[in-house]
Amino acid sequence: MSMNSMAAPGLGHSLDISGTTPTPFARLVRVEVRKAYDTRSGLWLLISTAALTAVVMVIQLAVGATQEDVSLTYNSFLTSTNFSIAILLPVIGILLLTSEWSQRTAMVSFSLEPRRPHVILAKLTVGVLLAVAAVVIALVLAALCNVIYGVVSSDPVVWNLEAARLGGFLLLQLIGMLTGFAFAALLLNSPAAIVFYMVYTFVLPGLFGIGAALMDWFDSVRPWIDFNFAQGPLVDATMTPEDWAHFAVSGFIWLVLPLAIGVWRVLRAEVK
Amino acid sequence: MIQVEGLTRKYGSFTAVDDVSFVCQPGRVTGFLGPNGAGKTTTMRVMVGLTPPTAGRVTIGGHLYKDIPNPGRHVGVLLDASAQHAGRTGREILEIGARTMGLPATRVDEMIELVSLTPQEAKRRLRNYSLGMKQRLGIAHALLGDPSVLILDEPANGLDPAGIRWMRGLLKGYAERGGTVLLSSHLLHEVEQIADEMILIGNGRIVAQGDKKSLLAGADGGKASTLVTALDNTALADALTAKGFTVASAGEGLRVEVEPVEVGRTALEASVVLTDLRAAEGGLEDLFLELTAETQREHTA
Repeated sequence: MSMNSMAAPGLGHSLDISGTTPTPFARLVRVEVRKAYDTRSGLWLLISTAALTAVVMVIQLAVGATQEDVSLTYNSFLTSTNFSIAILLPVIGILLLTSEWSQRTAMVSFSLEPRRPHVILAKLTVGVLLAVAAVVIALVLAALCNVIYGVVSSDPVVWNLEAARLGGFLLLQLIGMLTGFAFAALLLNSPAAIVFYMVYTFVLPGLFGIGAALMDWFDSVRPWIDFNFAQGPLVDATMTPEDWAHFAVSGFIWLVLPLAIGVWRVLRAEVK
Repeated sequence: MIQVEGLTRKYGSFTAVDDVSFVCQPGRVTGFLGPNGAGKTTTMRVMVGLTPPTAGRVTIGGHLYKDIPNPGRHVGVLLDASAQHAGRTGREILEIGARTMGLPATRVDEMIELVSLTPQEAKRRLRNYSLGMKQRLGIAHALLGDPSVLILDEPANGLDPAGIRWMRGLLKGYAERGGTVLLSSHLLHEVEQIADEMILIGNGRIVAQGDKKSLLAGADGGKASTLVTALDNTALADALTAKGFTVASAGEGLRVEVEPVEVGRTALEASVVLTDLRAAEGGLEDLFLELTAETQREHTA
């Protein structure tokens, strides 16, 4: 139909973008940090993680102080985070990404920053920062508990945290966070990703264990495909070169591969 | 200005947008009109890079959206007012947008005031917002970066009549200052009141485009009709029928299938006093329904 009624001068109008600078990465990271705590659910997840870490340690402290046959060290306090940070940090990692889909804010995020890799990398950076923060909080809480333990218990206070253990502890928390993030990218759905992560953490090692006990060939394959198993020596800071090889191969399967497929999917996805 | 060139988007064997081309000019409000599922939203999503096109492209001021740095400063987008975190307050949603774009915090308060949300409402969480409030917030979000192009999908949806009048004033003013506005709707009356230019889409295809006058002129050879009321309706009806025009009673007056000028002339000749004479607006609505119904039948057959 006719367009002749239109005023012609508009046709030449173009957008002058020469004066606009692209959104700096640091600004995206700051925004993503804010998005992690600016809702009640996000804030309480962070607070709960810290609170649970403290609660588990306090229970441990109470047991250690009252039971004669239990003696605790700094490292045993730190290991108690297996029941707090190790479980909740991956959930934080999952929600960092999936909440954009469940709440459909990805539409806004990706229209304000169409360079999707920048947005995802900013979220990943926030995940790493939160994991580091969790480790710092755990170190401080464990130190507090260890000092109190020295006061209330007759056992000597043991500060046993070598560099290898500390490095292993940090690496484990980072892996937990990143695995959650990878599963989230793969599934883009909060409940599905959380269930998948829990099965991977609590059910799969058992199945692998049964398989290894029943079949000899599987027993020799297991270290190469069971990422949880391969992380065992990391906890005890006894990694041998062969352990590192197991760690790398199983980590590729359970961390790198899902992360790569998931990110590729997010970059190409139609955002609704 | 927005330029859509040969845009096609297919989902498997289903073609959501089929070879669509149109232009939105600066200084004008362009209405994108079509029934639900006609392809309006898909077209707008392709514009801002959320949906990859199967063929064709969209440029905004000569650039692909993804090539515009900090695009919120140039293009204001509102695709779905509900697509925000339900647990964030209205103010926080704007705050996040302003920070992403690198704007001062004062901009947030300005926008809240511009869209007439009270400070108390801005402190409420989005899950407690009515659709009309979400739309106001969404428009505030789109205007945050002081863009020169606005892309709004169904912005009037959920607004009350006063809200629609407010938005009309806002968008007209925005266009008069040189801005480009594209807004979609499935309601003719909304678009008709706001838009200078209209693009009608049905089943992924553009079925008509132009301003209101040219659309009506092009509809079935310009079949116009007139609503007229006279002191003596019977005398006027007789005179019109004698000239061969189709006359039917409508409310207090008559509906005549001819242009108003012919009715006026007949009244003058018959010496009948008119109290009301105007073109019946039904033409555009008939045209809209006819055009879109046709395209719908093609696909359901």
